[in-house]
Amino acid sequence: MRGDMTFALKQLRSAWRAGEIRVLLFALVLAVAAMTAVGFFADRIESALGRQGGMLLGGDLVVVSDRLLPEEFTAEARRLGLRVAQTMEFPSMVMLGEEGRLAEIKAVSPTYPLRGRLTIADEPFGDARKADGVPTLGEIWIEPRLAGLLGAQKGDALAVGERQLKVAAILQEEPARGGDMFSIAPRLMMNANDVASTGLIQYGSRVRYRLLLAGEPVALDEFRQWAQGRLERGSRIEDVSGARPEIRSALEKSRQFLGLASMASVILSMVAMSLAGLRYVRRHLDTCALMRCFGASQNRILQVFLVQALLLGLAGSLLGCLFGFAAQEVLARLAGGLFLEKLPAPGWTPAFGGLLAGMAAMLGVMLPHLLRLRGVPALRILRKDLGENAVVSWLAWLPGIAVMLGLVFWSARDAKLGWIVLGGLVALLLVACAVAAGTGYLLRRVAATSGGTWRVGIANLLQRPGVGIAQVAGFSLGLMAMALLTIVRGDLLDNWHASLPPDAPNRFVINIQPNQMESMRQFFVQEQLAPPEIFPMVRGRLVAINDHPLDTGRYVEERARRLAEREWNLSVAETMQKDNRIVAGRWWAASERGQMLISLEEGIATTLDIKLGDRLTYDIGGQRVDLKIQSLRKVEWDSMRANFFAVTPPGVLEKFPASYITSFHLPAGREDVLNRLVRSQPNLTIIDVEAILAQLRGIMDRMTLAVEFVFAFCMLTGIAVLYAALSATQDERIREVAVLRVFGASRRQVRATVLVEFAGIGLLAGLVATIGASLLAWVISDRLLQIPYAFNPGLAILTIGAGLLLVPAAAWLGVRRIVHVSPRQILQSV
Amino acid sequence: MVPDSQENIEIEATGLSKHVTSSEGELAILSDFSCRVLGGETVAILGASGSGKSTLLGLLAGLDVPSAGRVIFRSEDLAQLDEDGRAMLRGRHMGFVFQSFQLLPALTALENVLLPLELAGAADADERARAALERVGLTPRLTHYPRQLSGGEQQRVAIARAFAPRPSILFADEPTGNLDAATGQRIIDLLFGLNAESGTTLVLVTHDATLAERCGRRLHLEGGRLKQ
Repeated sequence: MRGDMTFALKQLRSAWRAGEIRVLLFALVLAVAAMTAVGFFADRIESALGRQGGMLLGGDLVVVSDRLLPEEFTAEARRLGLRVAQTMEFPSMVMLGEEGRLAEIKAVSPTYPLRGRLTIADEPFGDARKADGVPTLGEIWIEPRLAGLLGAQKGDALAVGERQLKVAAILQEEPARGGDMFSIAPRLMMNANDVASTGLIQYGSRVRYRLLLAGEPVALDEFRQWAQGRLERGSRIEDVSGARPEIRSALEKSRQFLGLASMASVILSMVAMSLAGLRYVRRHLDTCALMRCFGASQNRILQVFLVQALLLGLAGSLLGCLFGFAAQEVLARLAGGLFLEKLPAPGWTPAFGGLLAGMAAMLGVMLPHLLRLRGVPALRILRKDLGENAVVSWLAWLPGIAVMLGLVFWSARDAKLGWIVLGGLVALLLVACAVAAGTGYLLRRVAATSGGTWRVGIANLLQRPGVGIAQVAGFSLGLMAMALLTIVRGDLLDNWHASLPPDAPNRFVINIQPNQMESMRQFFVQEQLAPPEIFPMVRGRLVAINDHPLDTGRYVEERARRLAEREWNLSVAETMQKDNRIVAGRWWAASERGQMLISLEEGIATTLDIKLGDRLTYDIGGQRVDLKIQSLRKVEWDSMRANFFAVTPPGVLEKFPASYITSFHLPAGREDVLNRLVRSQPNLTIIDVEAILAQLRGIMDRMTLAVEFVFAFCMLTGIAVLYAALSATQDERIREVAVLRVFGASRRQVRATVLVEFAGIGLLAGLVATIGASLLAWVISDRLLQIPYAFNPGLAILTIGAGLLLVPAAAWLGVRRIVHVSPRQILQSV
Repeated sequence: MVPDSQENIEIEATGLSKHVTSSEGELAILSDFSCRVLGGETVAILGASGSGKSTLLGLLAGLDVPSAGRVIFRSEDLAQLDEDGRAMLRGRHMGFVFQSFQLLPALTALENVLLPLELAGAADADERARAALERVGLTPRLTHYPRQLSGGEQQRVAIARAFAPRPSILFADEPTGNLDAATGQRIIDLLFGLNAESGTTLVLVTHDATLAERCGRRLHLEGGRLKQ
């Protein structure tokens, strides 16, 4: 065994010197680097996303309860090393002199918020600054709307219960506030230690208690488990999974992009490895025959080459992990200011994963090759044709395919994306085989009627149909990756950016009354702003599905239960909004006005287990309304426009009291408009989403950079595939060139032969790649990313042109030097 | 047919035939060949191209299996052994020299000679390999790769490799086929010299009558049959 190891090492060393394993190693390093880089990065984004969500919640985990939580909850959290803050929320009237308004009071402990920040200003919509702590004893902060409604200013004292509390600042931003756009009453924030003295909390008061926690994920998990069994009815645990849908949606897309890039790298790398393995095997057939001749058993041969594959796999995986780690650091820097906090340090899981994946990829890819080597007959030593085209059982390919499938899904982090790309790949391979076979037939006919270099070039192309197909497929894949990269980087990213134009709505106005619609329109005209679209909103409670009374207890998921229990905002629309897309059923026709139909957002339908055609009964103001689901819609929440879970055709909800909602774009520097709007119509609530919008744009910009960086891996692996495909037949080509030279072929004739052969392969590959890349880009954009895709004819021409020119040029570069060497020397060296 | 006396019989072939099926039907490459080679004998198998010489060599060395007949090597019936069993037998007892040298291009001269020794697990492999190369006069070329050696030198490495494991029988397939006359002569001298020193049985396939003359016995093949 020690001898085998030494022999394997020696062979490996000399194979390295001979350049046989460089492509193999290079491809493996790239695959592992791509997987681990994205893995490490996604890992960090995932935890950053958690914290980001935490900023929206005010903590990483929140226990919400209708009753004061037992002291043991806080004690346990502290024992686990978690940071703790408490809040109480309740509605109450507050007065300024004789003027009274209902406010949503939030009393906070001094440690609030644990994540995110509070921003305050001295006047409504004034210059915001980060708050240093919470309102001190005897002081309160109020929202601009409350200030507007009461006509209060900084320094005024408001009556809150039995106390007079001084307005110390205008509250601009608070965690979790943006999450509930439709809260009716404006916010008043006070110190929790003042609550008792206000006398507002009595037995039976409607108070929502929150215990906010922040700390290490392990401790949080432990706390969650501990708390789960102790929660009483009316209490629940919230985490960041319910964080803002817009941000999640944008980050989801980024992750899909990254997954796509990393997955493409993995597929390409494995194809490159397989092609490189082909040459490696061909180079070692004689070694195996000789070893058999000298008495080595089949298993011993397998052992020797297995050791080589393992060593190579280990070296490649370690190198790949190192490169991947370095690359993710670059990614993290590119994504730099994306998150409010520094990205958390990467975990070690991706490194172990990468190492394992690399070894698995190497063994999976090499297994059929190794089995071929194992089966080389000793007689090959006398008869060179033996073992040359041996076919191993298709079963031998299964581990490799399984590894590829596993890695594809692992790196895609999205089953749908994985299936789409795999489907595309299989289709591409089938098309490549069909095109190669069909062209082979045509070429045979052409060859029969042509002469000289053409005939030799074509004959070369036809003599190894299997290798020819592998080459066409390899070149196609390489070119397709590059074309796809260009499409995705160009078209798809542009489209993504276009979905959030510079004039995307950055303010929402809610609580508009029917009699205010006209004055609203006038206000916008006066302010020289484009009059926005105003949507009606009727509040109703879902009471039955298909005539079965709604039983929220059947929903296991907390979120589903909450969604089902809360009041729905039903809207009305004749035509579907541009950023919506029907995924099932159809939108109503004009003739269906007044029919009892409803269109639901796909996500909520899935969460509540509601299907197309189901009948929903809503209780609207004490009246029951039956609506049949005519369509399910996918909503682009990250477009920042007003959107609704449930929409009915006109003529259904008009008889019910409605309030209206709109969104509009307020250019920077015109914040004074908001003051005038609130002053003229004090009941309106304006929600500022500029911060979220900026965050979305930041995500797009930075993630685009990150995606392009990962796609650079793809480019490299694409090149590796092209190189591997080229080198798969390099030895034969050199031998053929030598033979042609022996028979007196001129340099020009030799060049023509090589160029004809590879122009043929390149043209086919270019065609297949164009078809493959366009189809795949279309499927990915349409089915997965939901962004429109336009076929790019220029790119198609470029891809075919690249195949037609680059492949023969590279092939010629590979054999060019041979033309200057004596044929005898060449024949001896191959 | 079992020989009357098994004493000193190195290899015995009985009724050996080899057929291949082609598009034009069945083709007989070797038909009903029988012979017996004694230990220490030098036997030349002569014949024109396509007469079945190399096929016969392959069958005798257990590199291939006959369509009919059998080969007994040192009282082991090769047909009774599986592929690995035959490989083990070759590793223990047989040496090979080929027309096209069959050196591994990625290994140096020394490493090429070491290959069968290491495969056999010889403890003193390095020593023996160096000695074998010294014997063929290639000590200064130990670290050279095949492509850095002349044809004659490559064949000398191959001869050193064949003799280093001290086989009891050596199969040589047209050992001078790729060499010019003078070099070929030197190689033959070396081969027979080493053979005499080690007392190895030699089975040599050639179409060169002069070379065959140096063997103790000559078997002529014609159209796949032994010419009497």
